[in-house]
Formats: sequence, structure tokens, C-alpha cells
Amino acid sequence: MNEPTPFDPVLFRGMTQRRLSRRDALRISGLSAAALALAACGVKGQGNTTPTAPAEDAIAKYWAGKTKNGKVDFANWPLYMDPKQPELKKFTAETGIKVTYQEVIEEMGPWFARTQPQLSAGQSIGFDLMVITNGIQFKQYVQSSLLAPLDHSKLTNFKANAGASYKTSAYDPGNAYSVPWASGVTGIAYDPAKVKTPITKLADLWKTEYKGRVGMFSDTQELGNFGLMVNGVDPAKSTATDWQNAANKLKEQKDAGIVRKYYDQSYIDALGAGEVWITQAWSGDVFQKNVSDGTNFQFVIPEEGATIWTDNMAIPITAVNPVDAITLMDFFFRVDIAATLAEYINYITPVPEAQKVIKEHAAAASGEDKDFLTSVAESPLVFPSTADYSKLRYYVEFENTALQQQFQSIFEPIVLG
Amino acid sequence: MSRRLAPYLLILPGGLWLLLFFVVPMVAMLSLSLQQGDVVSGYQLTWHWQTYVDGISNYQTQIIRSLWYGFITTVLQIVLAFPIAYWIAFRGGRNKSVYLFLILLPFFVSFVLRTISWKFILTDESFVLAPLKDVGLVSQDFHILGTPMAVIGGLTYNFLPFMILPIYVALERIDPRVVEAARDLYASPVQTFRKVIFPLALPGVFAGVLMTFVPASSDYINSEILGSSGTTMIGQVIQSQYLRSQNYPTAAALSFALMAILLVGIFTYARALGTEDVLKVAAR
Repeated sequence: MNEPTPFDPVLFRGMTQRRLSRRDALRISGLSAAALALAACGVKGQGNTTPTAPAEDAIAKYWAGKTKNGKVDFANWPLYMDPKQPELKKFTAETGIKVTYQEVIEEMGPWFARTQPQLSAGQSIGFDLMVITNGIQFKQYVQSSLLAPLDHSKLTNFKANAGASYKTSAYDPGNAYSVPWASGVTGIAYDPAKVKTPITKLADLWKTEYKGRVGMFSDTQELGNFGLMVNGVDPAKSTATDWQNAANKLKEQKDAGIVRKYYDQSYIDALGAGEVWITQAWSGDVFQKNVSDGTNFQFVIPEEGATIWTDNMAIPITAVNPVDAITLMDFFFRVDIAATLAEYINYITPVPEAQKVIKEHAAAASGEDKDFLTSVAESPLVFPSTADYSKLRYYVEFENTALQQQFQSIFEPIVLG
Repeated sequence: MSRRLAPYLLILPGGLWLLLFFVVPMVAMLSLSLQQGDVVSGYQLTWHWQTYVDGISNYQTQIIRSLWYGFITTVLQIVLAFPIAYWIAFRGGRNKSVYLFLILLPFFVSFVLRTISWKFILTDESFVLAPLKDVGLVSQDFHILGTPMAVIGGLTYNFLPFMILPIYVALERIDPRVVEAARDLYASPVQTFRKVIFPLALPGVFAGVLMTFVPASSDYINSEILGSSGTTMIGQVIQSQYLRSQNYPTAAALSFALMAILLVGIFTYARALGTEDVLKVAAR
């Protein structure tokens, strides 16, 4: 550093000292500008914490002037459609609407975090149709008015074919913003090769003989629900006191070293690798794993109950092609389409009539295909009986975001340990 | 005049880049950490410093654990990296660059993918553990995945080149004549190493520590993939606060707290090591 310094401090002085009063003014305004800059970084919300069904004119207003554009961008979860996309091909052949299908949603929290800022700013998220699970984020979408109100005059198949229970959901009364894609059950999966006594109860997940071999979900709602149900509480009717008790029960399970890990979608691989023997599980995954890997994992709906969730098709408020999207929505409620979809994904279809079609397909098929299709048509995981339904519980519906945050803050420390 | 302006013009692109992609997001984060509200009704700046207090007291276990893991990782890396760097620098001969390339080769593959492949290697019934269990060397219940050992191992593996390379550079710079002089003065090989080579390599170790301790302590991938709920690190808490709970203020506050802790730690470390000298040597 012996060379002459290339920065001449005089330059700075000349710039700032020319007018003393101005410098002072700048300094003061600079400070308040910093404060203003901090304040300007606020994250905008869209208010309205008590969701109500959209008024008739809101629906009319949204759909006014919207026309068919001939294409639709569809965001869905992995393994939720045959990769050959036969249903979408049929749709394009019949309507001329091209579908871009992407399996981009893997978890509700991150998906909401990714789309919310753009939707709130009124920008397109690049998708006209998305499949979202009922639960915390679904509510947040509705409360922030980020979903398009549905025009039921365009949903004739839905009206004719959807099962009655799918038209009266608590999370979206009157299907104001969504129609179901598929439902599933969160129950217990286990490997009978390792677990000698059949698992029948949630309480089995607390048995010390399975120490370090039990998997639980990292999703606070899924985890909390099991804690509630093992205490004999219906999640949908639970209170803050119940949540705390459930958290204590789950903490007990964790502190005893019974839980190996709190898993996301990767639980199914952990079960396959023998890392866990018993785990919280989603019904269709176990069915698909057994079919694709030749495993013999058992899925049980525990005596104390299991939860049922529904993934729903919804149109983001900023969709570019909403008319095409709602046409596609309704298309999935055609009985033949619902049937082929259920044959592939093995989750509960919202179209009960599909069972008949799958049986017809089974009768027409032969050999392995026949066995497979018969097993789908008779599977309680695709078409649950009334007795099965009676054991299924719904998620807790949070009245406001404060309660929802309280719920999360009670169960989060268990996962994050 | 243009001569005077030239340096400012030259730093303009870099300065603007830093302003846009570093300063602005930092200010936004700082602001966010002092806001209150929720994602539906929005957040307002209320200068709510309590978020910091709550965040740190709720997650102090994870913060301490992260620093502890970072510390063990760094020590392990020095122990592993020094002999490797030493060997390449003094015994590598003509093939030095080949060895360096071999060390870097695995790192052409994504960080996450490499960590996931460790998961396959270390899983309970993997080709590594299953034979050991069969011959009874370890108990049937033994497992590596989900333990602190797996996480620290992953961290050490993933950041190792960032320790090897600076140490190598420092060793490479040592003038062989200095070592010869030590021998001429009847220093034993151990003494030569202790009094000549190691002090001269210190700037490399110092740089290596900076480049590994900071990312290792704030890492969340290794613990997410190789760990369990007992190994949660602060990076995972921040990620989860952002993406699962949408509790943006807490996430931002924890990020800032972590940054402050690491900065204080590093300055203390620099002071204690007398880095004035170290930096001087490094800048040679």
C-alpha cells in the first residue's frame, strides 16, 4: 500500500460540505428515510379474517367477460395422475383446450408461501388450476380472497355426479371456491414382516417395544390429530386445552425414544428401507407402494379413528384462463373420467358412481389386470363403506388465524425438538 | 476529473449489485423481524423487539446445538484436511493439480444429491450396516441415520474442500529454503513442523475455519436429510418458520440473531488468534 491512494477524500468533502445546512437536512431526512424504508417493507395482507360465501354479484363480476382461451395450466401433486395423462388427452380431444400439467406441489406450506405474494400483488402465478388440501393454508387462501369464486352454472357434471358428502364440506361451504379432486385417509401403515402382532390402535404407536421404529408426520396438523385422537378427542371439536394435552402425549412418545423421526412424504421410503416399522401414513401411498414395489405393507384405520382429508381443485384469483380451468374441473366429474383416475391413483374418488365403471372395466379385463381392477373397486381405501366413514374424523377448523397459530406453536416444538 | 471519478465508476456495478441483492433484502428482513401480524391480514412494523427475545429463548437449544455441531465439524475438518493438504503440497510432485481436481470432483454434483446418497449408504439395512449386523459386530438396533454422528459426518464431508484448499494454498507458498534452513539449524522434523511449517500455514487454517464454520453452523440440509428430531439445527427452524408456519417475523429475527452470533464469534476468534499478523501473511 505504498502507492498513492486512488480515492481522494477531498472529493467526498467537497460533495458533502458545500452547504452545511443541506448536509444536516440530508442527515435528518436520511434517518427518517431509513425508518420509512423499514416501514415500507411491510408484507401486505388482503384482510377479511371472517370468510363468507361470495355474494352472487361477486361471482358474476368475476366471470363477466371471461372467455375460453384454448389452454390451461394445471398445478398438481406428484403421483396424482397416470404419467401418460390419458384423461387430459381425452379432454383436449373433446374440447380443443390444451393442458400443461405440472407436478409442482409437494407440501401445502411451501406452496402457499410461494404463491401468496404474487397472488396478493395481483400477479399471475402461471397456473389456472391448482390442487390444494383442506386445512390451514386452504383457509388462508379463502380468507385472503386469493381464490376465484366458482360459477356453478358451469359445473353441471359436479352437480350430477359428486357424492353428497362432498357437497357439504365444512371447510368450503357450498363449494364456493373449490371442488374435490380426491380424498385420503391418514392412518397407520406397518410392515407385518417386522411387527408380529397386528396393529389395530393408535395406542400401539406409543408401545415401548417399537422404540426407535415408529414414524410420525412433521406436519403439525397431521401430528396433532393423532395426539388428539389417541386421547379420545375428535380433532374437529377440539379446544386449546385438548391441544396442550395432545402435545404432552406426543412429547411423552418422543421423550421415550419411540419416534425415529418426524417425516414428510419421505416416510414411505423409510418404511420401505426398514428404517421404521410402523408409521403414520396416507392411504393411497401404501396401496401404490405395494403395487409398484411388491411389498406387503398393511394399512389400518385405527380403532380410535383416523382423519380424512380432501385435496381440492381451485382457481387462483389471478388465473389467465379461468373458463378453460373450470371446464377442466367439471370434466373430472364425468363418471368415466373419475373411474380411470381412481384406477390409477387409488385414493377416494368424490364420484361414487365410478365404482360401477371400474367393476365393468374389471369384468372386461383378464389376468392380472382383472385382479388389480377388482381390488381397486372393492378397496375400502378407494370406496370406503359407511362403517369406515363413521371412524373417520375431520380436521379442526380454526375460527381465526390466532387460534391456528396457537395450534402450530403448541405442536411445532415436538417436531423441531 | 475523469481520473478522479474512474475508481467510483469502477466500483459502481459491484456496489449496485450489493445494494440491490444484499442491502435491500437485508433491510427488508430487518424490517420484517420487527413487524407483527399474520399472513392473512398482513404485517405492520411495530418495532416489536420481543420477537428476538422469544425466538432466542424458544430455540436456544437449536442455536447452541448448531454452534456445537459447527465447532466439532471444524475441528474434525482441520484434523482431516491438514495431512491431505500437506501431502499434496509437499509430496504431490508434478501431479498436484490432479490430486486437487480429484478432491473437487465429487463436488461437481449437487450438494443435496450427495447428501441424499449418504442417506442410502447409511440406512439401517444398507450394504454397509446389514453385513455388520449379520456378523454381530453391531447390535441389530444400531443405526447411524438420525444420530448427531450422521449429521456431523455429513457436515464434515460436505465442507471439507473449503478447508483443504486454503490450507493447501498456505502450505504451497512456504519457501522450501525456510524448511531447509530449519534443518540446517538442527531442528528435528517435529520441531520444523511445529515452529516453521504450522505457523506459516495458520492463515490457511484461519481462512478455512471462516469458510467452514459459518456455513456448517447455519446449514439445514444435512440435519434435514441425515438427522432426526433430536438433531434439529437452527437453519431448519428458520426454514420451517418461513415455509411451514409462515411466521415471517420469527424467521427473520432468528436469521438476524444467528448472523449476529456468528459475527461476534468470528471477531472474537480473529482477535484471539491475533489475525493482524495472520491477515498480513495471508495478504503477502
